[in-house]
Amino acid sequence: VINVSPELDTRFRAAAAAEGLLDVAYDVVESPVGELFVGVSGRGLCVISYEADPDLQVERLARGFGSRVLRSPRPVDPARRQLDEYFAGKRKRFDLVVDLRLARDFGRTVLEELGRVPFGEVTTYGALAAKAGKPKAARAVGTIMNRNPIPIVLPCHRVVGANGSLVGYAGGLERKQTLLRLEGALLA
Amino acid sequence: MMQAMTSVPPFETFYAAHRDEIFGYLKRIAGRDAEDAFQETFLRALRAYPELRHGRHLRAWVFTIATRVAIDETRRTRPRGDLPELAVEDGLPPHAELGPLTDDLPPKERAAVVLRYGFDLPYDEIAAALGSSEDAARQAASSGVRRLRERSKQS
Repeated sequence: VINVSPELDTRFRAAAAAEGLLDVAYDVVESPVGELFVGVSGRGLCVISYEADPDLQVERLARGFGSRVLRSPRPVDPARRQLDEYFAGKRKRFDLVVDLRLARDFGRTVLEELGRVPFGEVTTYGALAAKAGKPKAARAVGTIMNRNPIPIVLPCHRVVGANGSLVGYAGGLERKQTLLRLEGALLA
Repeated sequence: MMQAMTSVPPFETFYAAHRDEIFGYLKRIAGRDAEDAFQETFLRALRAYPELRHGRHLRAWVFTIATRVAIDETRRTRPRGDLPELAVEDGLPPHAELGPLTDDLPPKERAAVVLRYGFDLPYDEIAAALGSSEDAARQAASSGVRRLRERSKQS
């Protein structure tokens, strides 16, 4: 077997994206909270995941967005750059279009409201539910946070319990603490 | 599991499974144009990918595309016989010798010989790759082999 050279491989992956042939381009982005799997569709940023195994993510994306999922770094660069700036303390607001086409109805409304929770502040599940028009749906909001397709950029780490406890985080409570500390929203 | 085996895999999975073999094939039949042919093969695959209804025969499918790309390129860009010697690389199986040996064959015969004896594809899949009947594929391979034999007698 003659292996494809890294240069040729890179060239093909770039050409595939440049010709607009991908449903989702993804790459793995290094960060202080571990490697992030980041995916971008033709419409915008569609996934950030703490899940380290790309195969699982790739399967999931193919089911949701279409089978043409390929690792291709270039389309991910804007998100990578803004994430780097955020983690370096140089960015408080992400300026990225997000693709929430898989989120429906209340879930989508909640995620859109979530995107408006500012850097360095926290809100509660109940308050977010109220903003999305269903004040009694705190528990449902918890589930939606748990399945947030684009954590960090859609800041579900800024959502805490009514008593101030961190409650939970799909990426683990330690990451939630790290992010809140980075934003100065959590002392110590 | 059955479902997983026959559904269309994500393109990444498909590409990772076939890229090295297809590149090896193109090195043998397209020589110095192999890199361009490789990119063109997988771009064509990517364009056609949404039309696939199941994940069976993907290997034969991508060999088909590669064969057509290589034959198109050969017709378009190169007078016959003007092929470079292939570098012998470590770990290549003996059938890699087919590459340089088949340089002078007409493109279809060359593809048929390499697919049959280099990659062990069955004739129905070679036929699909060449866009011809199974009989025509057998004929192309045997006529290619005959030509090789005649040539080896002469030399």
